[in-house]
Amino acid sequence: MIESATAEVGTELPTLVLPAISRTTLALFAGGSGDHNPIHLDLDVARSAGLDDVFAQGMLSMAYLGRLLTNWVPQERIRSFEVRFAAITPLYAVPACAGRITAVDEVDGERRAMLDLTVTLADGTVTLTGSAVVAID
Amino acid sequence: MAIPASAIGTTLPPSHAVVERGRLRFFAESIGETTPRTIDVDAAIEAGYPDLPVLPTFLFGLELEQSDPFGWMNDLGVDLRFVLHGTQRFDYHRMAFAGDELVLQPRITDVYEKRGGALEFLVVETEVTRGGEAIATLTKTIVVRHPEREVAA
Repeated sequence: MIESATAEVGTELPTLVLPAISRTTLALFAGGSGDHNPIHLDLDVARSAGLDDVFAQGMLSMAYLGRLLTNWVPQERIRSFEVRFAAITPLYAVPACAGRITAVDEVDGERRAMLDLTVTLADGTVTLTGSAVVAID
Repeated sequence: MAIPASAIGTTLPPSHAVVERGRLRFFAESIGETTPRTIDVDAAIEAGYPDLPVLPTFLFGLELEQSDPFGWMNDLGVDLRFVLHGTQRFDYHRMAFAGDELVLQPRITDVYEKRGGALEFLVVETEVTRGGEAIATLTKTIVVRHPEREVAA
């Protein structure tokens, strides 16, 4: 549980580094998430769209960011969570999720932290940028 | 084929879903989530939850459980192979749990284009409710690429 004393502007969440993305990762996430879009699963479909290979579902990376948040606060404290998908996550990439408090405000009678979120690959590519609002008291 | 602006305001077919424990566990496993309260009912109850929790982004996929989840995009002339997910937002009102019967009601709230039509954007807002109670609001931006419309700079 996060103590409000440690929730200050500039506080960084413990970084979450994921295993390399494999075809199995994508297949399991398709089944687990319910998103069966073949562009993430079927090399033939990917090639027919002019791509060299399949690539990871954007929502997989957002789910990883969700883990970053729920590792840090109980889920019921998350008020909102949003991302922009900035770049494709290719196969074999190693995503790392990071978060940092940018503001602490009193809203609707509770203290809330605004967080900046990113997912960055080992080569430095930022694949997701986003933000979340969580209650900290 | 351009998506007509008249699509704005269109209510899309709602989904009705009963959240299953097995699906929640499968979802957790597929994202490497192993915290006991997310996969073990006893641990969830100990954490104060009535059952396994619906994880923060799970609702997105629940909407795709219906028989032809992308049918409405086909109807708009969208080629799924050229679709990208631009943005995704969740506003949470109450948590949902295994066993909940949820209704997901999506609506197209905006349509616009950039780069002379080479990129089209569709914004869809989905209200998720449980017995009339607000659970969450999902907002997504879908980007439709039209590589053939790209003009060389």
